[in-house]
Amino acid sequence: MNCVACIEYVIIGLMIVSAILAVEWRDLLAAVVGMTAVSLFASILFFFLQAPDVAMTEAAIGAALSGAVFIFAIKRTYRYETEEEEKPGWWMRW
Amino acid sequence: MLKRALAIVAILIIGYWLAQGLSQVPFGQDKMLVSKYYLDHVKEQTGAVNAVTAVVVNYRGFDTLGEVTVLFIASTGVGALLWRKKRKRTAKTKGSVVLTTGSKLLFPFIMLFGMYIFIHGHLTPGGGFPGGATIATAFLLMYMAFTTYEISHKGFEVTEGFAGMGYVLVGLIGLAIGGYFLFDWIWQTWHLGTSNIGRLFSGGFIPVIYTIIGIKVGTELSGIIDNMLKEEVKE
Repeated sequence: MNCVACIEYVIIGLMIVSAILAVEWRDLLAAVVGMTAVSLFASILFFFLQAPDVAMTEAAIGAALSGAVFIFAIKRTYRYETEEEEKPGWWMRW
Repeated sequence: MLKRALAIVAILIIGYWLAQGLSQVPFGQDKMLVSKYYLDHVKEQTGAVNAVTAVVVNYRGFDTLGEVTVLFIASTGVGALLWRKKRKRTAKTKGSVVLTTGSKLLFPFIMLFGMYIFIHGHLTPGGGFPGGATIATAFLLMYMAFTTYEISHKGFEVTEGFAGMGYVLVGLIGLAIGGYFLFDWIWQTWHLGTSNIGRLFSGGFIPVIYTIIGIKVGTELSGIIDNMLKEEVKE
């Protein structure tokens, strides 16, 4: 097996893990870090797929700027997600 | 519980359908006629070594103008939504010594790298959008390190406006000379840089337009950061 392919699979696995963590974490600041980790791994993956310009854009916008904007938004609102009771879906409410 | 099960089933069906369709598409082969045409003719038609920027600025220049407009509308929307009569920076925690010293040291180098990315867009990977975003990250670093740091609004807004007008002006000069909007007048009529393809002064109007786009994107994203950070103060 080619080793570059192994690295790509490892990066894809890390991307999926950090995406799941970003959804699941109740601490929103940690969730933002998980989301920027997805962008960072995606930028490494773009570099492996021979698209360095896309990798640069992804690293600058996805990892730095959008993470900063989310953190500013959290600073103005609440840091922790509150528990909500599960409401029935739209097909039940009809 | 039923909702989750239904969602999982729907995702599995959509995923299977997408995988079924995309497994037949060849990846990275010489199948697409348009991209083959671009790769064969990019040097004589645009003078750019980097085919991606030639496609973005030269062949699809009008789309790029639309992209710049979308970014402008996003920046204006953020500014309008967060508008208050009196806004100031309210950060109280000072940056640590490492952060302040490091950002003072790194700021000129990040600016230089961003400018390098958009000036050399026709030679190396990158272009106006990554370069502008890199410049905006330099300003973000300064905002995080110093509690009282602010960009000069007047200067930034004027620069942004002139950059946007410059793009349209370059296109209109092309319309006057060559007969259609965003005609590459530097390359097609003057033949500037025909002898030195691969050097800095080549590639027609690609470096000119990418410099304009880089300045515009950098100032716009810095403005968005500034708008997001400031808070209303009571008098």
